[in-house]
Amino acid sequence: MMTTETKDLQVQEAEKQELATDGAERTRDSKCFVPRVDIYETDEALIAVADMPGVDKDSVEISLEKNVLTINGYVEPAQPDNFNLAYAEYEMGDYQRSFTLSNQIDFEKIEAVVKDGVLRLTLPKVGPAKTRKITVKAA
Amino acid sequence: MFRRPFDRYSYAPPWREMERLQREMNRLFADSFSLAGGLTAPQYPAINVWTNEDGAVITAELPGVNIEDIDISVVGDTLTLNGTRQPDKLEEGEKYHRRERNYGNFNRTFQLPFHVEADKVEAIFEKGVLHLSLPRAEVDKPKKITVKTA
Repeated sequence: MMTTETKDLQVQEAEKQELATDGAERTRDSKCFVPRVDIYETDEALIAVADMPGVDKDSVEISLEKNVLTINGYVEPAQPDNFNLAYAEYEMGDYQRSFTLSNQIDFEKIEAVVKDGVLRLTLPKVGPAKTRKITVKAA
Repeated sequence: MFRRPFDRYSYAPPWREMERLQREMNRLFADSFSLAGGLTAPQYPAINVWTNEDGAVITAELPGVNIEDIDISVVGDTLTLNGTRQPDKLEEGEKYHRRERNYGNFNRTFQLPFHVEADKVEAIFEKGVLHLSLPRAEVDKPKKITVKTA
């Protein structure tokens, strides 16, 4: 049993938020949602956790352009053969979300893991700037 | 609506789009009702139900829930989905910057339009989506009666 938080899951959790397209139109003929994201900070890194049900490691795409990190998850809407949809509360579609990273992140060492429809990004912080000693040579 | 070239050979029948539209409309009305008086409050997890004459398939989006934390039970025509979504355990000194994902217990009960063959229920949890296959009980299926001439 959980001891920290036993509140019941709230209503809005079940609702997916659709991605607002500001100008750029999508070329894929499916809906696109904004995944819910938690971000927390540890001593060494920032951890971003995104809910993307229906996505596995092969259908997620992470790109970094300058300092904008974009996560894309692709879901092919599938339906069971020979069944008709009788009742629907959620829709299937892709996921997209972008974050602007600060310079304190080591872009080279970003890691991502997908498990049970949850994407976990580890964004390591840059180590403390090493003081460089510059020796002055005598001419 | 724009379609990709290959869709010409495997495109969804037009009524599917109509059905989707109808669902959207229904949901729109349901939402305004729920704002007014809580006629239909959405619950967690969100589910989709697919049916045919031999049974039903229910899918539920449960990202990040451990399989051990999902409890499914079937009695007659009633299906109960119980579970817990565990939060990340933060170490000392770690702090949240943003918290949009919720945690806690969930409990949903559905009544199906038929009795379920409880022994043959299959549950698959894949990519954070639960797929439940609920075959209709043999005794519940309609019997064909042949009429004999006297």
